[in-house]
Amino acid sequence: MNALAARRRHPAAIAVLLMIGLFLTGAVYAAVAPEPADATSLALPAQSVEEGKALFRANCASCHGLNAQGRPTGNGNQIAGPPLAGVGAAAVDFQVGTGRMPMTQPGVQASRSESVKFSDEEIAAMGAYIASLAPGPAVPDAEAVDPTKGDPARGGQIFRVNCAMCHNFAGSGGALTRGKYAPSLRDVTGKHVYEAMVTGPQSMPVFNNANITPEDKRNVIAFLTTIDQEKAPGGMTLGSLGPVTEGLFAWVFGLGILVGCAVWLGSKAA
Amino acid sequence: MTEPTDRPADALREGDSAPQAPASAGARKIGGLAGWVDDRTGAAKPVGYLMKKVFPDHWSFMLGEIAMYSMIICLITGAFLTFWFVPSMGETVYDGSYVPLRGVLMSEAYSSTVHISFDIKGGLMIRQIHHWAALMFVVAIVVHMFRVFFTGAFRKPREINWVIGSVLALLAIIEGFAGYSLPDDLLSGTGIRAMAGFVQTSPVIGTYLVYGIFGGPFPGEAIIPRLYSAHVLLIPAILVGLFTAHIGLVALQKHTQFPGPGRTNDNVVGYPVMPVYAAKAGGFFFIVFGVLTLMAALVQINPVWAYGPYDPSPVTAGSQPDWYMGFADGALRLLPGFLEITAFGYTLSLNIIPGALLLLPLVYVVIGVYPFVERFVTKDEREHHLLQRPRNAPVRTGIGLAGATAYTVLMFASANDIMAIKLGMSINDLTWFFRIGFFVLPPIVFWVTKRVCLSLQRRDREQVLHGRESGTIIRTPDGRFFERHEAELPQEQWLLVQHEPVAPLEIEPETDEHGVARPAARKDRIRAALSRFYFADAVNPVTPAELAAAQHHGHETEAIDAPRHAGELESAEAAETAGRR
Amino acid sequence: MNEQDTPTPGTEVTPADGHRDPVRLDQGHVVGSGGIPDRFVNPGLPTHVPRMADLDEGAAARAEKQVATLFGISILSTILFVVLYYAIDLNDTVFIPGVGTTSASNAALGVTLAFSLLGIGFGAVHWAKTLMPDQEVVEERHPLHSSEADRHEVVRVLKVDGGASQITRRPLIKYTLGGALGLFAVPLVVQVAGSLGEMPQKSLSLTWWNGGPSGPGQIPEFKPLRLMKDPENLPIKASDVTIGSVFHVMPEGLLPDPETKEGGAEHLLEEKAKAAVLLMRLDPEQIQSQKELDWGYQGIVAYSKICTHVGCPVGLYEQQTHHLLCPCHQSTFDVTRDCKVIFGPAARPLPQLKITVDDEGYLVSAQPFREAVGPSFWERG
Repeated sequence: MNALAARRRHPAAIAVLLMIGLFLTGAVYAAVAPEPADATSLALPAQSVEEGKALFRANCASCHGLNAQGRPTGNGNQIAGPPLAGVGAAAVDFQVGTGRMPMTQPGVQASRSESVKFSDEEIAAMGAYIASLAPGPAVPDAEAVDPTKGDPARGGQIFRVNCAMCHNFAGSGGALTRGKYAPSLRDVTGKHVYEAMVTGPQSMPVFNNANITPEDKRNVIAFLTTIDQEKAPGGMTLGSLGPVTEGLFAWVFGLGILVGCAVWLGSKAA
Repeated sequence: MTEPTDRPADALREGDSAPQAPASAGARKIGGLAGWVDDRTGAAKPVGYLMKKVFPDHWSFMLGEIAMYSMIICLITGAFLTFWFVPSMGETVYDGSYVPLRGVLMSEAYSSTVHISFDIKGGLMIRQIHHWAALMFVVAIVVHMFRVFFTGAFRKPREINWVIGSVLALLAIIEGFAGYSLPDDLLSGTGIRAMAGFVQTSPVIGTYLVYGIFGGPFPGEAIIPRLYSAHVLLIPAILVGLFTAHIGLVALQKHTQFPGPGRTNDNVVGYPVMPVYAAKAGGFFFIVFGVLTLMAALVQINPVWAYGPYDPSPVTAGSQPDWYMGFADGALRLLPGFLEITAFGYTLSLNIIPGALLLLPLVYVVIGVYPFVERFVTKDEREHHLLQRPRNAPVRTGIGLAGATAYTVLMFASANDIMAIKLGMSINDLTWFFRIGFFVLPPIVFWVTKRVCLSLQRRDREQVLHGRESGTIIRTPDGRFFERHEAELPQEQWLLVQHEPVAPLEIEPETDEHGVARPAARKDRIRAALSRFYFADAVNPVTPAELAAAQHHGHETEAIDAPRHAGELESAEAAETAGRR
Repeated sequence: MNEQDTPTPGTEVTPADGHRDPVRLDQGHVVGSGGIPDRFVNPGLPTHVPRMADLDEGAAARAEKQVATLFGISILSTILFVVLYYAIDLNDTVFIPGVGTTSASNAALGVTLAFSLLGIGFGAVHWAKTLMPDQEVVEERHPLHSSEADRHEVVRVLKVDGGASQITRRPLIKYTLGGALGLFAVPLVVQVAGSLGEMPQKSLSLTWWNGGPSGPGQIPEFKPLRLMKDPENLPIKASDVTIGSVFHVMPEGLLPDPETKEGGAEHLLEEKAKAAVLLMRLDPEQIQSQKELDWGYQGIVAYSKICTHVGCPVGLYEQQTHHLLCPCHQSTFDVTRDCKVIFGPAARPLPQLKITVDDEGYLVSAQPFREAVGPSFWERG
């Protein structure tokens, strides 16, 4: 408690408090609003939009343009940042909330990062700004991504048909062309999985609600949560990458240990 | 001896031999049962012979045992698995304890595999031991083959066993592939899908072949039962039969041994089976079994439940076969598509056939044929029971490592997608790297290996000639210092000089003494060219004369000052080598 | 000459006394020189170095205890295995550092069994190494071949005794026997080869999109079929397919009801293996092939999902580059150019399925695949 008291004047304290407040509001809202919030409205006051606009101009406009209209690099067809009108708050929440944006350096693909640069409130504000430009997918509410309400078996079937070819059977990720890749889905929050499906970030196709219904999206999240929690019945998973790592393990450790035993067996006792 | 008898029928008829004397009292004391068996089989003599058999000790001789024990462990655990596994593609809806699959439509083969993993106590352990043992079986076969190859253990009289071993190695991976396919999960089903694709591309008969194998259109209902019968009956029977011949020949021909003091081509130095090798080899079985069990306890292999049931529509990223099929899969990834030819209304898929249909048999034919190629080159008809150090056969070692490199490039190519994500590289760049590497790396590896071997041989020579430190310093009258050399070759240096000197074969005259062309001249020219390739820059062991001279003069260059003698000696050497072959 | 002369320690290699002709040494080609042997002589077995347990009864007793301890560990582990087999529930999990959370039953049974086995193994080997005789034994080798007399006898038996059958003198028997032995396996081969299963006929070139079941001997009549989502088995409206979307599609009537598992194709997997289709929507501006545009609907295009290489499902669609990647062997197809192969081992583009919309706005097939889907085959043309 002392540590908590000592930090109550910390600049982040307000943000934390706001976060808790927002979370509670969200939770109450989720409890009273059963509809999956795929509508394009966002219950945020107007000053959020203004604040988001300011944040956007300061942090994102260098690539995405001052009014989020996108910007070319002047190098052929390549773009510095795509136009963002219509991508929705869900895209902002996914890209910024997983640490992909802002990109530290240009690359084939923005990668997930542990260090998220903005507070949830700031992300929500930027999302409100982007959503105000044109309608787009909103951030899903807590119920829409609640794994306990989904059916993991059905989610598994949806996952294997629609997701496993890129993200691998256990969501460990996989390679795409020319250095791009489908990232690992292990320990990704249900909200971000949902947002990725509705917004189709980077190479990923869009899975709109006509393609995979909101219920099935929740089932997929339930499946991913189940395999996350199940850990490994058989022991170390070796990255859940299939026979390659198993073969490597057999060669390095299996053979190594057995050859070690053989050397001991063939050596003369002291 | 004839017992007194009352009944005439008990008497010996004319021509009958007297009954054998019962086993000696001593044997009876050792064991009534043993005597009982010997009375009926005469087994005591061969058993006694086997128990006195001597095996040389070296860790690398255990590699074959790892393979043998892994196979036995596979047989044991495999028998267990058959009690619960249902080799059927009949449809069923899963209702077991693994939640993420409940209510999913699947084959009985897959359902029963998941059942073994989650609803049979110890079932997962047996399954994982079985799979780890299968991987280790093939790993051990490969390293065992390396040992036999690089030490020249395949030379006469062991060529037959080398060929049997090559067939065993091929059967092992086919057996492995059949087993990998049986659970009918998404990964192995994709493997069968690809296999159906390869077979379908066979020229002329492809479609009939694939429909024959699958009993109709892919995947059909027949493939799992058929693979099961091959996996548990057909291939194991051949495998065990050939393996028995393999080990029987080892016993008959006696094990090879590494060179060393007291070890010659005419003896075996080691420990007798009873009691030492019975304990060591027997104990090693338990060690291999224990290590595999420990792996099964702590490291997950082939989580079939996570792959989901096979369905031709889904697929998982990172679809690979088990490692031993990797080289064929890698070849398929590297072959460019433009090799497919369509002409006169027929399609020949040269982008698939070399990797999928030809490579597998080709690799094992090349391996199996090698001893005969080397024998053709050396014309060596002698029995060899002493192993060679790899450095003393630089060209063979180079060829072996170059071949292993080509194999490894293909094997790694089959993991290009996993490497791409784990190393953060482009899959396209990796594919090109492997495409080029397949052609470029083996020659480089050959050259480097050969150079390294020759350097090691020269270092061995150096060590014998000058390398020994006697610790005694001599001061010459003019004030210079020398270390005194030892006169005798110490025992530990025997290893450095024991191998045979070699030289390329001379071409025999193309015409015989009457001026008539010899029919075999062309063959001899090829042989001489190959022989030069093998032995032209051979570095031969130090001879006693060289050592004596080195110690006498302390310097090599002085020796070269005697051209008359050197010339004489060289012709003497040529005669010597010719005489030996 | 053998590789080694028999080891006769004692014939030492000593340099000749006094003055001696110099010897060329540069490459070691010189074999032999007057008075000095050609080769070094095998020095013979080294003297046996006794082990600690050979010299010290205390060390031997320690070794005995160590071996007994290892065997004891095995016994204990075996007992523990049996206890844990009954004690641990199959659903229990346990956290093991370095391994993670795993099945308690598998870990416990595996580890106890492993120690039960390793105890025996290490015990036996340790026993052999420390207490059993470690004096090396020499066994003589003898040439493997039989004596000349035996060889001659075999040849004689074959020639004379075998010849007594008169096979060489009676060609009629020789050739009919050869014929009979050569042919007797034919019925067995015919039985197996003939009864393996149905032969392909036209079925490799047909799919469910031709109008229904497409197995051997079945030639369905074409009718437009709705594109159904896999695995939900629901029809797809053109308006549902937004740009950047990808739908995994099966033809109408093929899939069973996802809930009841009723209905659908009789040979479900066989039909799925040929009929799987991938549906994508691109900006029509980006499509460079007129045929692709014509066979699609407002930029919605449908391609076979079965790779033209060896038949894996080509499911990896990159919505920015419009590349389709096969996860098995990395064949890459460019959707903007009629799924032309741009990388990897596949030779042919993915076949396109011509689609349109029906009265209710659902996507339907306009014609079946015009070529065989999946891997190449000889008579494919």
